[in-house]
Amino acid sequence: MSLSLDDVKRIALLARIAIDEQEEQQVLGELRSIFGLIEEMQAVDTAGVEPMSHAQDVVQRLRPDNVTEGDQRQLYQSIAPQVEDGLYLVPRVIE
Amino acid sequence: MIHAGLRELSQALRARKISSVELTRQFLERIQRLNPAVNAFITLDAERSLEQARTADQLLTAGTQHPLAGIPLAHKDIFCTKGWPTTCASRMLSGFIAPYDAHVIEQLQSRGAVVLGKTNMDEFAMGSSSETSYFGPVRNPWDLVAVPGGSSGGSAAAVAARMAPAATGTDTGGSIRQPAAMCGICGLKPTYGVVSRFGMIAFASSLDQGGPMARSAEDLALLLDAMAGFDARDSTSLERPREEYGRDLDRPLSGLRIGLPAEYFTAGLNADVAHAVEAAIQVYRNLGCSVVEVSLPNTRLSVPAYYVLAPAEASSNLARYDGVRYGYRATGYADLGDMYMKTRAEGFGWEVKRRILLGTYVLSHGYYDAYYLKAQKIRRLIGRDFAQAFERCDLIMGPVSPTVAFDVGAKSGDPVQMYLSDIYTIGVNLAGLPGMSIPCGFGAGGRPVGLQVIGNYFQEARMLNAAHQYQRATDWHLRAPAGLD
Amino acid sequence: MNWEIVIGLETHAQLSTRSKMFSGAATAFGAAPNTQACAVDLALPGVLPVANQAAVGYAVRFGVAVGGTVHRRSVFARKNYFYPDLPKGYQISQYERPIVQGGSLRIEVGGKQKTVRLTRAHLEEDAGKSLHEDFHGMSGIDLNRAGTPLLEIVSEPDMRSPEEAVAYAKTLHTLVRWIGICDGNMQEGSFRCDANVSVRPAGADRLGTRREIKNLNSFRFLQQAIEYEVGWQIETLEEGGRIEQATVLFDAERGETRPMRSKEEAHDYRYFPDPDLLPLELSDSWLEQVRAGLPELPEAMHQRFTREYGLTAYDASVLTAEREVASYYDELASCLPGNAKLAANWVMGDLLGRLNREGIGIAASPVSRAALAGLLRRIADGSVSGKIAKEVFDAMWNGEGSAGQIIEARGLKQISDSGELERVVEQIVQGNPAQVAEYRAGKEKAFNFLVGQAMKATKGQANPAQLSELLRKRLG
Repeated sequence: MSLSLDDVKRIALLARIAIDEQEEQQVLGELRSIFGLIEEMQAVDTAGVEPMSHAQDVVQRLRPDNVTEGDQRQLYQSIAPQVEDGLYLVPRVIE
Repeated sequence: MIHAGLRELSQALRARKISSVELTRQFLERIQRLNPAVNAFITLDAERSLEQARTADQLLTAGTQHPLAGIPLAHKDIFCTKGWPTTCASRMLSGFIAPYDAHVIEQLQSRGAVVLGKTNMDEFAMGSSSETSYFGPVRNPWDLVAVPGGSSGGSAAAVAARMAPAATGTDTGGSIRQPAAMCGICGLKPTYGVVSRFGMIAFASSLDQGGPMARSAEDLALLLDAMAGFDARDSTSLERPREEYGRDLDRPLSGLRIGLPAEYFTAGLNADVAHAVEAAIQVYRNLGCSVVEVSLPNTRLSVPAYYVLAPAEASSNLARYDGVRYGYRATGYADLGDMYMKTRAEGFGWEVKRRILLGTYVLSHGYYDAYYLKAQKIRRLIGRDFAQAFERCDLIMGPVSPTVAFDVGAKSGDPVQMYLSDIYTIGVNLAGLPGMSIPCGFGAGGRPVGLQVIGNYFQEARMLNAAHQYQRATDWHLRAPAGLD
Repeated sequence: MNWEIVIGLETHAQLSTRSKMFSGAATAFGAAPNTQACAVDLALPGVLPVANQAAVGYAVRFGVAVGGTVHRRSVFARKNYFYPDLPKGYQISQYERPIVQGGSLRIEVGGKQKTVRLTRAHLEEDAGKSLHEDFHGMSGIDLNRAGTPLLEIVSEPDMRSPEEAVAYAKTLHTLVRWIGICDGNMQEGSFRCDANVSVRPAGADRLGTRREIKNLNSFRFLQQAIEYEVGWQIETLEEGGRIEQATVLFDAERGETRPMRSKEEAHDYRYFPDPDLLPLELSDSWLEQVRAGLPELPEAMHQRFTREYGLTAYDASVLTAEREVASYYDELASCLPGNAKLAANWVMGDLLGRLNREGIGIAASPVSRAALAGLLRRIADGSVSGKIAKEVFDAMWNGEGSAGQIIEARGLKQISDSGELERVVEQIVQGNPAQVAEYRAGKEKAFNFLVGQAMKATKGQANPAQLSELLRKRLG
C-alpha cells in the first residue's frame, strides 16, 4: 500500500489536528516508513486465528443500577477553559 | 537514609528513629539539588508533601504497622493525583489539576505513603526515551548525556539518583522495564488486570499496566502489595484473591527452569548487553536453576502488531483532549472546527501526533481488517508462543533492550529505529503477561544493563523470588551513580 | 409516474434506569446544567466505563418482547467522531455484534394489519446537549444527558407511507412503555425517531437514494416531516433532478426539511471494539428470568379483548394503548360478565376523558376499578340510567361515596315502575294537548318534546326505554 498526501490530509481532519504543508510532507514520509514496518504482518498467514483483545477469558462485570455520584459541578468546572451559568462554552455549534 | 531500602525505612519510621517529615525533607532537599540536571520531576509541592508526612507521622505515632506508612514515593505524572497538577508531560494538560485520585494513588495514600512529586515521562507515555516531554527530556543519572529510557524515565531516574526511595510507573510496550534497565533499578509490569487503570491516564487501554519501580525485588513486592487489587471502577480489573507478593522471596531456586528465547539473542542484540545478561544467567545456574532454549517464533511481528494496536487505541483515547472541558485550549480560532484543529495541533507534541495519525489511519474505513484485526490475530499467535514456551520452563529470561541507554537526541530522527528497540518488551504487553527488569551489570560507557524476567500469568511472586535470590548473590542493585552530588 | 415510498425508522429510546449506562451519575430529567455529569461522563483523563446491569436487562426484555434473537455474547464498540456534546470524542455503542437482532412489530393502519421487521436493537450512550441561545456567539454545552442509556431500535425499510411510519412509531412507543423500559416522554427527549425516506418508481426493486430526517420528537412532526420530504423528493425527481444522500432536519415552523450543515463530510466512524470493556455475556437463566417476567404484551391483550370481550378492533386498540389502562379495563370487564362493551365505553369515554382533562394517570384515579364496577352494575340492572350515571360518576370522582350511596342520598334511582311511569305519562299528555295533537298529526319532533317533559318531571330518572314505550302506547 502507499500512503498519499490526500490520505494524510484526510486523517489529519478526522483526527482534528491542523498540520501545514511542510508538516504534511514530513508526516507522509514518517508514516510511509512506519508502514514499511507494519506491512511485515501481511506476510504471515493468520487464517483461522481468532483475534485476541484480552488475554484472560473474562466477561463484562455489570454494575447495579444505583446513583453513586453527586453534584460536583463546582469542582469539575474549576478547571474548565470557559464556563457560564454552569454550561461549557464553545464556539457556536452550527447545525 | 536516602540509600535505605523500603523495609529499613519503614522499620526506622515505625521505631520513630526518624519521622516521615524528616525523611520527606531529606528527599525534597536532594531533589532540589539534583533535579535541575536530571529533570526527573515535573511537579513538586513541598507544602503538600510535608502536610501528608505530618498526617503519616500521626498514624505512626498511633502505632500503625503498615510497611508504607510515612514513606515518600514519586509518581509518574500519568496518575491523577487530586489537587496536584497532572500533566502526562503534555502541554495539553499543563495546568490541569486532577479533581480525583487514581486507584493506585488511593491505595498508597490509604496506607500512609507520602506523595513526593510527579515525575517526568514521554508525553502521554508514547516513547522509549523520555525525550518527548513538553517539560524537557529527562537525563540518565548514570550519564547525564544519556536518556534514562522511557516512558517512565522520570520515575526510573528519580529512584536511581536516590531522589525517591521508590516510584510508580506504567508499562504499555516496555515503559517500566526499559527505563528500569537503563537506569540500573528494578521495575515490574504486572499481569494485565492486576493493577487498576482507573485514574491512570490512558494510552493504549488493552496494553497499559501500572507497576512499581524500586531498588530491590523486596521493595517491588511491598509496593505491588499496595498497588494491586480489584477496583470496580475498571471493567478490566480482575477479581482475584489478595496476594502477598513477597511471600516466596526466600524460597530456594533449585529446580527452577529458565527459558532463553532464541529470538532474543540474535544479531540485533549488542554484545555488551548480551554479555551482562549471559553472566546473570550463569548466576542462576549457580543457584541451581536449569536453563533451556525456548522459541518465541513471532517475536519479530510483535513490533508491527503493537504499532498498529497501540496507536489505534491511543487515537481514540486521546480524542477527549479537545479544549472543551479542561486542559489546553488554543487562542485565536475562527470557529469550532478551527478550535479543535489548533488546540490539538498546539497541545500535542510530534510523537503523539504521529501516533494519533497512524492510529486514525489503521482504523479508517477499509483498513480495519487489514491492520487492526490482523494485529489482534498476531497478538493471539504471540500469546500462544509464550504459552508453549511456558510448558518447558517456569520463567523466561533475556535482555530488556538491544542496547544500553543511548545519548539524548541520538534516535529522535527515525521513529522506526526507536520502535524496533522495543522488540524484547512489547510481546509481554501484547500477551498480557507479567514482566520485570532487574539490574545485572554495565555495558558500553558504564551504562547499566537490565535482565528481563517474564513470568506466566499471575506469577509475580515467583518472579520476585527469582529476582530476590539473584540480589542476595549479587550487588548490582546496590550500585548508585557517582558524581551527582 | 407512480411512486412508491420507502421508509425505515431508527428510534432512540432512553432506558428508564436510575443511573447512566457507564457511570453512577443520575439520569433524572430537568436538573441544573452539568450537575449530573460525573468524572466518567465528562471524560476526564483516566476515567473508565462500567456497564449498567439494569440497562442490559431492559435491552433483553425488548429483544424478547419483539421476538428477536438475543445474542448471548455482544460487544461494545467505539463510534469515533468529534462534537462538543460528545466528551470522549467517541460514543460507546454496539456495531458488529448488537445485543438484539431481528424481531418484528405488528401495526395497524386504516383497519389493515402489517408486520414491520426490525433489523436490530443495540445499547449505546446518549450525548449531551448544545444550547444555541446566544452566549455572545458561543454555544453552551450541558452534559447531564451524556451517558444516559439508549436502546437504538432499527427497523427494516418496510413502511410505505407516512401513516405506516406513524403507526409503527406509536406501536413501538406503546411497547417500550408497556414493558417498563422507557417512559416514552417525547417532550423530554426520551423517545426520538430518525426517518430514512426514499422514493422509487412503483414496481422497481432497487431502492432510491435515501435522506435521513433526524430527531423527530412528536408523531405529528414525524408525519409532517415525512410528507414534506416525500413531496420534495418526488418533485425533485420529476423535474429531472437527483437525490443526494443527506441528513436533514425538520423545521417545524416552516414545515420543511433542510440539510444539516455539519453532516456534509462523509463520516468515518472508525468503529472498533472498546478495549475498556469486556464482551457482554448473558446466561440462559437470566434470559429465562426475563422471558418469564414479561407481562402480557399489547398485541396479545388486544387479541384477547376482541375475542373474549367481543370488543371492536378500534376499542381494543384504544384500551391497549397503555398498560395501566389495559389492566384496569381487563379487571373491570372480568368482574362484569356480559357488560364488557359497557365497561369499555365508560373507560374510554368518561374515565379517560376525565383523567385527561385533569392531567392525571389512571393509577391516580379517584374512582377505583371496584367503585366503577359498582356504578356499572347499577346501569346494567337498570337502577340508574346511563345519563344519570354520569352525574353519579362526577359525584364519586369528588369523593362523595360509592355509587350506591350517592344514588340513595340523591334519590337518583331510575324509575322503572310501570305504574308510576304511566301516571307520569298521563300527566304529560294531559298537560300538553297541543304537542299531542301535533304528534298525532305526524310530527315526530313533538314526541321528543313530550319525552323531554316527562324526563323533566321525573328529574331525568325515568327509564327512557320504558317511558318511550308507554308514551307511544298512550298516544296511540
